[in-house]
Amino acid sequence: MRPGKMIKEVLRSIIKKPATNLYPAEELAMPHNFRGKLIFHPEKCVGCKLCMKDCPTGAITINKVGEKQFQAVIDLGKCIYCAQCVDSCLKKALETTKNVELAQLDANKLKVTFSGESKTGIENKTP
Amino acid sequence: MHKPEPDKFKIPVGPQHPALKEPEGFSVALKGEKIMGLEIRLGYNHRGIEKACEERTYIQDLYLIERVCGICSHSHSTCFVQAVEEIAAVEVPKRALYIRTLIGELERVHSHLLWLGVAGHEIGFDTLLMYAWRDREIVMDLLALITGNRVNYGMNTIGGVRRDISKEQAEEVLKGINILEERTKYYIEIATQETTIIKRLSGVGIISHEDALKLDAVGPTARASGVNRDVRYNDPYAAYGEITFNVITDTHNDVYGRTLVRVKELMESYQIIRQCLKKIPDGPILTKVPRKIPIGEATSRYEAPRGEDVHYVKSNGSEKPERVKIRAPTLANIQAVKHMLKDRFLADMPIVIAAIDPCFSCTDRSVSLENPGDRNKEIMTWHALRTYSIEWYKKQGIDFTELNNNLKNKLERR
Ligand code: SF4
Ligand code: SF4
Repeated sequence: MRPGKMIKEVLRSIIKKPATNLYPAEELAMPHNFRGKLIFHPEKCVGCKLCMKDCPTGAITINKVGEKQFQAVIDLGKCIYCAQCVDSCLKKALETTKNVELAQLDANKLKVTFSGESKTGIENKTP
Repeated sequence: MHKPEPDKFKIPVGPQHPALKEPEGFSVALKGEKIMGLEIRLGYNHRGIEKACEERTYIQDLYLIERVCGICSHSHSTCFVQAVEEIAAVEVPKRALYIRTLIGELERVHSHLLWLGVAGHEIGFDTLLMYAWRDREIVMDLLALITGNRVNYGMNTIGGVRRDISKEQAEEVLKGINILEERTKYYIEIATQETTIIKRLSGVGIISHEDALKLDAVGPTARASGVNRDVRYNDPYAAYGEITFNVITDTHNDVYGRTLVRVKELMESYQIIRQCLKKIPDGPILTKVPRKIPIGEATSRYEAPRGEDVHYVKSNGSEKPERVKIRAPTLANIQAVKHMLKDRFLADMPIVIAAIDPCFSCTDRSVSLENPGDRNKEIMTWHALRTYSIEWYKKQGIDFTELNNNLKNKLERR
């Protein structure tokens, strides 16, 4: 290999845009159908528990917390993000998001509880 | 146990080593550099998937079956749902069948490109690895675009597919396929004209037509020995009955033939994908199937990238199957490896094993050379074995350094 060739490559690399993404500064665009973290809409849930029945890993649990009020507990460590529960739910009470940043140092934090009272489907920060 | 012969080296390859991802055991009997015999032991990676399937419902099984293999996940899940659908006598909508075919072919493209890279790496042609894997990203992105994820697509469900494909997605797929077709033409050019590759791969890992039939080799391994067998053609499933394509065969009988079969199959896959997108009918993508599957049994066959995949399902009228049996293509091909390596050199081992595209080809592996006579031991990693193989062939005059540099320069000029 001639040394001249190398110099050209080096110079080009100086001005070239990096091949890698600037994660986490730049957010990665997830594909349209991406199956990420689940969210739960308690106002839609009727407590049929079909989602629990079809979940291949047993990651989702629906608990009755009051009259026509249901709370969902999802173990993100067990969930394989197949979205079968979303397909199984006839009331569209479950939804996938594009959220992939789910790593936790504390395994207990992987268990998220969606409160039965919330009208927005926001998870309870303090379970 | 038979008595060790003092002039023979026995080399155990695997099964357990911290660097091994998939435990497989090979025991190679060597005389000098020549392989006198090879023993293969499977079963170290037994995960009990078949039994686990019996304890879960059909819907839960879908996701378990998909994880039999990370590369041919769609192959396994399609094979399984086909068997269940046959027992339940469901008519799957046409559109769903076309989508299954489309994903199946995209999966074949990504698997064959992956193989091309691995094969290049094993013979010391690393530029090919870089090229092939860069191009593979295009098809991985297409798979993510349609299914949502790069691996474990989760497309199949009993009675159809879970996601539809839009016009825009179809256009994106066509665009990607056009680029890949150009690239594949280039690989065919390299494979058929580059003397270094031809020399390195010709005559390595020979298995005759008769032996391939006798040992029941499947997929590209069999087709490279002139066995005209392809489930897509012989027993069409999904939408293959309405699509025209050629079954690629070759009569080289060696690793070179297997390379040609795979790169030419890529070209066929592009044609199949184009036809799928053109002929895909409008309509529903899913037929509702009751949770309880009636009593019955069925066997289903599927042409996975590595060869014929067979699933057997027996139902007892409940929501859970009574028995599920999976025969993956690598199991059918592994006996042929024994034959291919007989009387060949140790240096051929990496590429011959890699050439059947086994599910453990990309792993790092430990080899310990042992002389049973004097208990001298020499430990060799898969990496060292590969380096040894490349150096050995350099001595025979087959060297990829120049080719690697030439291609690199070509890339720089662009
Ligand atoms: S989330 Fe849906 S499937 Fe699950 S219990 Fe509620 S309504 Fe039923
Ligand atoms: S996405 Fe799949 S694994 Fe996760 S809770 Fe839903 S059904 Fe269970």
